[in-house]
Amino acid sequence: MSLVNYATREITCKIVYYGPGRSGKTTNLHYIYEQVPGDRKGQMVSLATQTDRTLFFDFLPLDLGTISGFSTRFQLYTVPGQVYYQATRKLVLHGADGVVFVADSQARQLAENIESMQDLHANLAEHDIDVRTMPLVIQYNKQDLPRSLISSVPELEDALNFREVPSFAADALHGTGVFETLRGIAGLVLRRLSAGTSTPPAAAAAGGR
Amino acid sequence: MNLDPRYRFENYIVGGANRLAVSAARAVGQSPGTSYNPLFIYSSSGLGKTHLMLAIGHLARSLNPQMTVEYVTLEEFIEELNHAIGDSAMELFKRRFHMVDMLLLDDVQFLAGRKETQSEMLRLFNTLQRAGKQVVLTSDRPPSEIADLDDRLITRLTGGLVVDVGTPDYETRVAILRSKCEERGVVFEAGVLDEVARINFTNVRELQGALNRLIACQTLEEAPVTARSVRELLGEKPDTPLLVPSQARGQEFASFLSDLSEVVSQHIDSWRVRVVESMTYWHQLGYVTLVLERALEETEEPDVDTLLSRYEASIRRLRELEAEAQKIDTGLAASELFKDPERVGEAELVLARLVGGAEPPPGPDPALTRSELEVGASNQLAVHAVDTIIDEPGKKYNPLFVYGPPGVGKTHLLNALGNELIAQSGGAFTVAVVNASQFIDELIEALQAEEIEKWRARYRVVDALILDDVDKCAGKERSQEELFHIFNSLFYNGRQIVFASVHPPKMIEGLEERLRSRFEGGLVVEIQAPDHALREKLYARYLADVGERLDRPLIDFLASRSVPSVAEMRGIVDRLMKAADVVGVPLNASFARKELEGGATAPAPRKQSNGRDADPFFLDEEKVLWDWPDVTGRAIEEFR
Repeated sequence: MSLVNYATREITCKIVYYGPGRSGKTTNLHYIYEQVPGDRKGQMVSLATQTDRTLFFDFLPLDLGTISGFSTRFQLYTVPGQVYYQATRKLVLHGADGVVFVADSQARQLAENIESMQDLHANLAEHDIDVRTMPLVIQYNKQDLPRSLISSVPELEDALNFREVPSFAADALHGTGVFETLRGIAGLVLRRLSAGTSTPPAAAAAGGR
Repeated sequence: MNLDPRYRFENYIVGGANRLAVSAARAVGQSPGTSYNPLFIYSSSGLGKTHLMLAIGHLARSLNPQMTVEYVTLEEFIEELNHAIGDSAMELFKRRFHMVDMLLLDDVQFLAGRKETQSEMLRLFNTLQRAGKQVVLTSDRPPSEIADLDDRLITRLTGGLVVDVGTPDYETRVAILRSKCEERGVVFEAGVLDEVARINFTNVRELQGALNRLIACQTLEEAPVTARSVRELLGEKPDTPLLVPSQARGQEFASFLSDLSEVVSQHIDSWRVRVVESMTYWHQLGYVTLVLERALEETEEPDVDTLLSRYEASIRRLRELEAEAQKIDTGLAASELFKDPERVGEAELVLARLVGGAEPPPGPDPALTRSELEVGASNQLAVHAVDTIIDEPGKKYNPLFVYGPPGVGKTHLLNALGNELIAQSGGAFTVAVVNASQFIDELIEALQAEEIEKWRARYRVVDALILDDVDKCAGKERSQEELFHIFNSLFYNGRQIVFASVHPPKMIEGLEERLRSRFEGGLVVEIQAPDHALREKLYARYLADVGERLDRPLIDFLASRSVPSVAEMRGIVDRLMKAADVVGVPLNASFARKELEGGATAPAPRKQSNGRDADPFFLDEEKVLWDWPDVTGRAIEEFR
């Protein structure tokens, strides 16, 4: 997927929020959606069950306007966390430019977090993506819960962040850390621009013919 | 349907945003069917498309009361069409729409995706346009943006004039308001209308709605509306600045955005942006931008200044070349060659050929002259046509198409014409005399060598093209295509074109219609088998050629025998000469009679020029030899 298209002067960036069920991925998107001025946000598409669980995926297109002469669009996706939506997760992950792993900080959810992280790696591998080259940040969500219920950030770091990617403590419900996370992943993704991995295909330039 | 009498040019306010549309509409109204047909007006809703359209109808009708003007929205049109199909009353439908003098069709954007309606529309358009009737259309978007529109319909829609009506500016808005007030007989306090106009309504309909509201207020309240109260009455915030979303809300996003901008600007390669800008610009003008595209794929930054300046220099050169080519051959100037900066060299080469004629096409055979051409009843028409062409090439019989069986002298005639044309012009004329099979071979070679432009240029610069055996092009699509273009290029430049073929154009199978009609557009003449008078002349000439004295009875006898072609006559003379030689008697009428009719006629010699008759024994395919082999050869043959 071409991130920066010099020919059409567009930057399109697909970011996937990944993580175990109920970790707050959709909540992240909702918060962002709320903050975006009306003319900038597209329709948020959320396919949820009656109990507010994401069934397929959420999709939030963000039109960031013209940045340095490039019309910039972010597409934020979430995957369904529940284990049995494996196929959907894989599908959503296809063509992603960056991944936000939203971990549930509750101590009793640690195993789910680890399992989901392994699932992410497995799915990326199936898409032939080297995990080390995929921009990834981790968000430790629900850090607002009582200390007794949650694992501390260092504990979570030990358990999940063995690659030492940027990580953020967050409370998605109230917005703490949500934009920091988005900023973090956007920075990582855009930094790859200069790595030369995103040259525009000649076909795109010739597309007008 | 009657036209709404309110919509006229008189009350249509002209401003900067609609001036073009109004002038075009007036022109159409004044002389329907002549100036811009169809006229396509588009604008977003409520800016006066329909008004303009109806005004055209009114104007046309006021100038010519007899005129039938039909105004219909597309929805109504579709409904009518459906009714007509449902009630099997297509005739009625056709009478209504196909007979009008002017069709005003509103809101054609709804054509999107309606295949049936589109095809009916296409038919209607064709009928009306052929009859020179005016069509005016409106839409909320230009034709090219109407989804799923038949290409043929798009070309029809854009074939006349496409104009847009923009949002009125402040002054126009004031003028519109004033005119509306006059219409309604309402007077407002000073400054009220200006205040209304200051509100940023996006269309005239909204503006009118606002005015209606103010009029209602003023009449109900029985107190004059003041400039100050305008915004309040219209539910607008006083002096609305552009809405700023609540600060707290947007802040997080705004700071995210500004951070992001910084990251992007750090990581965007400014040189790529420059290259792309240049690329987009030249691409729009139709130039090939492959060089730049390749540069973009580089990971390292190239010397952009040099790259771009070189590229632009190439384009400048191409433009010069194109301009020169234009002078010589408009067809070639439109070629892709002049759009590709990487092919400057090639373009120069082609042009050089064009100008210098470095490689002239094959010319006429100098041995076949006009003076050697004998004229008889069988070919006099063709010869007469050729003589006319020699006097005035390209003027009268263009193209000339000569047909007749093989060997009647078509090629001679063609070459004679070529020679005469060159002689008449004092050698200034380039005359191509070429056999179609050679023409096709050359084309194939040029295709192989990818030098098709060069090859075309060769023929496009000639002053006269004489193509022999053109029926050989039959069934060969590419040759016909090229011939078609060469023909057009020459024809429109007033160059003479002559064809020869065994069959007349309509009898040539596998000939494209467009060529056939062009071939038949000039003069088609037949050359028949030589008639008696011509045979006489020719035999006299041939016998004289071989040194025989004039023997009247012999010539009379020979001429009395009909032959299918001139070529055969020469063969007969040769044969008689040889037979007489062998027997050792002088050639005369009685010898000729005995030789030609005496039963034991030897088979016609296979090849007259080498003077040896082939023994039938050797006519076996494998054994035909023109020169008998030497002793060793014979020994080997026998040994086998």
